[in-house]
Amino acid sequence: MIEAKLWKFGDDINTDLMLPASVQARSEAEQARAVFLANRPGWVDEMKPGDAIVAGRNFGMGSNRPAARSLRNIGVSFLLAESINGLFFRNSVNYGLLALECPGCAEAFAEGDRAAFDPEAWRVTNLRSGAALAPLPIPERLLALMRAGGIYPVMEKEGLIAPKAR
Amino acid sequence: MGMTIAEKILAKAGGVKTVSPGEIAVVTVGTAVFLDMNFLPESWREVLKVADPDKVVVVLDHLAPANEPQTASAHRRAREFVRRFGIKRFHDIGYDQGISHVVVADNAYALPGTVLVNPDSHTCGGGAFNCAARGVGLPETLFAVTTGRTWFRVGETVRYELSGKLKPGVSAKDVFLTMAGRFGAHVNQNIEYGGAGMRTLSINARRTLAIMGAELSAEFVIFEPDETLLTYVRERNKAPFEPALPDPDARYKETRALDLGAIEPLVALPDSVIQNSVPVGEVAGQKIDQAFIGSCANGTLDDFAAAAKVVKGKRVAKGVRLIVTPGSQSIYRAALKAGYVETLVEAGAVVTAATCGACFGGHMGVLGADEVCITASTRNFKGRMGDPSARIFMASPATVAASALAGEIVSAANYFAGDLA
Repeated sequence: MIEAKLWKFGDDINTDLMLPASVQARSEAEQARAVFLANRPGWVDEMKPGDAIVAGRNFGMGSNRPAARSLRNIGVSFLLAESINGLFFRNSVNYGLLALECPGCAEAFAEGDRAAFDPEAWRVTNLRSGAALAPLPIPERLLALMRAGGIYPVMEKEGLIAPKAR
Repeated sequence: MGMTIAEKILAKAGGVKTVSPGEIAVVTVGTAVFLDMNFLPESWREVLKVADPDKVVVVLDHLAPANEPQTASAHRRAREFVRRFGIKRFHDIGYDQGISHVVVADNAYALPGTVLVNPDSHTCGGGAFNCAARGVGLPETLFAVTTGRTWFRVGETVRYELSGKLKPGVSAKDVFLTMAGRFGAHVNQNIEYGGAGMRTLSINARRTLAIMGAELSAEFVIFEPDETLLTYVRERNKAPFEPALPDPDARYKETRALDLGAIEPLVALPDSVIQNSVPVGEVAGQKIDQAFIGSCANGTLDDFAAAAKVVKGKRVAKGVRLIVTPGSQSIYRAALKAGYVETLVEAGAVVTAATCGACFGGHMGVLGADEVCITASTRNFKGRMGDPSARIFMASPATVAASALAGEIVSAANYFAGDLA
């Protein structure tokens, strides 16, 4: 069970908002500081690691830039959205961000609500109202990647890429 | 049950008889492309093996030539990578460089009936070539290059049956703006283009439409093959291929008829293109600071021709910058030979080298606070081209060029009034 405080966003949140071009050549830490700088300045200081996001339709539309990595790096524990852009979903799998398409979530959750996601029962519950929703299914292998840090650790183990120099 | 074009290509690349919506298709990748941005130190992961170097293409495009030392080091890392693995299809700064999707088009790397991946979201532009091309992000492209495989969630397909012919002065960009305004986003859906109207579109117009499919949030955007396409590909790539047609009983989410002859020039208002476009007249008079024509969507020779036709013998309005960026150096040379570059520069336009450049607020045309831009490129998101307070309108190259001359948004219709349909 994963419990988190929710921050609410609207429809069509694009990846330029999560990772502006001005920091694309900067460090992961600097990129993480710039999340939602244009549409919600200061949010990265308000939110706390472990919090979650609830959003509307087509979350993550636009560029392939590693915005899912930035959300993971600032500690977003999971993402709930009415629908998720295909490319952003794939990057969520590969960078290890738990991203759930959950029709009805924009209606059922308000900013500041606490949500509990139960991966076993595949259900997300609003701890304020008691409302419970079932996210759309995610194939097991993709879910496993999302929950275990993405594709890079797997590729390192298989000798396809070198471990990242730290 | 019959299959759509996307389903047929995925089934073939997956070595299975059929695939259908909702399934995960595991497929063999025909071509995989890397870009300069992928080689930035915070992104790149050192590759230890490459499944087949002849299936890999590397292009320096987003920040080319390098705008700062960090980019220069990414370019150097790209050069080391191609040397280490013997990758022949490398497009470094110079003769055959350009925006990756344009280089892919110039050289017909996107073969009909095959799968192509590239990290970049506008990869769907390869669909103009009847190729299942899709932006997959860097980690997945690294996976595809090292293993030769990838996966796709098979989406439902919406088919657009095109009829008629575009009127003079109306472009593929206006077709896209019409679709974005009328039909909105296509999240998790494929788009398939066919019909007699499709065959009237130039390869460049098809490329614009296919690229802009990313802005409809579509998965694959695939055109039916015709003689124009097959001739184009055979002239540029000797590799064998088998184009894919939809089955007669293919199942579509929806089939929509679109009369190209009824399309009018539109402008998308700032921040979004989805259900956000209006006839040019509704925003006429809006003052602008910058006008941009370029990107993988609008850096084609057709776009240069339209812009040159509008500005010929005239001068860009005082206080306005018109920036024109070819999609590739090959297009740059063709535009030079056709006289378009001279016409544009004489009019006061700045013609840059081929790069993604201003389209993503990277370099050579970044917007400052509160500036207003009208652009013929891929995106008008808030903050896309620079400062978040800048306002970005999107239109066709003709409308952008006409607006640059006027210093405010205007219709380009007068410049095409004498042309025959």
